[in-house]
Amino acid sequence: MINEIIRNIIRFILLVLVQVLIIKNIELGRFINPFLYVLFIIVLPFETPKWLLLTSAFLLGISIDMFYDTAGMHAAATVFMAYIRPGVLKLFSPRDGYEFGTQPTIQYLGIPWFLSYAGILISLHHLVLFYIEVFRFSEFFSTFFRVIVSSIFTILLVVVTQYLFNRKAEQ
Amino acid sequence: MRNLVIFIWKHNFFFLFLIIETICMYLVVQNNYYQRAKFINSSNAVSASVLQTSAAIEEYFYLKSENENLAKENAELRSQLLASQFVSSNKYDSIYKPALRQKYIYTEAKVVNNSTSRRNNFLTLNKGTSNGIKENMAVITSTGVVGQVQEVSENFCTVMSLLHSKTTISAKIKKDGSYGPLIWNGEGFDYATLNDIPTHVKLAAGDSIVTSPYSLTFPENIMIGTVESFQREAGKYFYTVKVKLSTDFKKLTHVYVVTNIFRDEQNALEEKTIKENKD
Repeated sequence: MINEIIRNIIRFILLVLVQVLIIKNIELGRFINPFLYVLFIIVLPFETPKWLLLTSAFLLGISIDMFYDTAGMHAAATVFMAYIRPGVLKLFSPRDGYEFGTQPTIQYLGIPWFLSYAGILISLHHLVLFYIEVFRFSEFFSTFFRVIVSSIFTILLVVVTQYLFNRKAEQ
Repeated sequence: MRNLVIFIWKHNFFFLFLIIETICMYLVVQNNYYQRAKFINSSNAVSASVLQTSAAIEEYFYLKSENENLAKENAELRSQLLASQFVSSNKYDSIYKPALRQKYIYTEAKVVNNSTSRRNNFLTLNKGTSNGIKENMAVITSTGVVGQVQEVSENFCTVMSLLHSKTTISAKIKKDGSYGPLIWNGEGFDYATLNDIPTHVKLAAGDSIVTSPYSLTFPENIMIGTVESFQREAGKYFYTVKVKLSTDFKKLTHVYVVTNIFRDEQNALEEKTIKENKD
């Protein structure tokens, strides 16, 4: 249990660093802004208390905001994502529930399950984030296009990172 | 109360979410200029329209003083116009700019009495010797010529309106500069007659008539009116032009009294010349 908490704290720090030191500096084009850090919320254990879920999401978002100079925007989007996570987990739960001790990762539940689960969370996160950033409806469709393209890139990054992490865990 | 606490506790996840999201949105609006400006704008849209309506109503109460101020300001501006300056051609600076001196001074005045229906019409203005008004000064308004100062008291002056049997204003056709005397034959408060325009001048209805440069009283190019119609009198080589006056003499409220600083000097010189040539 303690081990699990420490692992998540390390993952938190690593993801924030990767996001603000590497991904932030990658120019992938005007419309593409992948946000890998949301992986932290996606792979939190099933048993995580709900208040801890929201609080850690807030802390994660605020940490990103500090580096992006976007006070509150990432925090708002990440907290929203954390809020809908239990509902999405319930929606995709197997008939007899999630096994104890497992985590919402490709390793335990397979790629189709993970893609639909992470896909919904990431798309909603990006939707909230980009619309808060733009803050008007006059650019509705161009913003929507950015949401879709960026979500696809974030999902790709998340899946790739999952494979890298899992291989390390197995070793 | 107890039920409320139970309700909140039961839905603690939702309420915690609400609180944190509120904090986030507060941070967004507080720290990001763009969002803050947007918030202020949209909330202002309501108050701005209310304020605008109230100001539009309030404006009517200040129209009177506002008009007076504008007239005063216009007078000052007209004094600064190039047409109000006297060009002394023997003084040039290094870039051949003529040295300018003030020639006309405009004083704003209010019409306190006015007549248009008599054969000899007069106006009374609320400016007199205490304001520097003297006899024979020109009186104009923003739409055109009004008349000439006749009598001055300490605080008032009477103006011989253009609508007067003794009025003679040196006027010219603006487009080619041919000039003649403008008189008023009593044909109504909105028409006057311009005589002695040579027949070679190609006139057309609507041509502008302005004051000529040969007047001692009026500055050049002050609007008088437009050509209504013209005809050649039998046995003469001049046109008689019916002029539609540009000034509405029925609606005069604010006028300008024009002081020609060089009037006395020019007048004395001309009179001396005439006198000498008599002998």
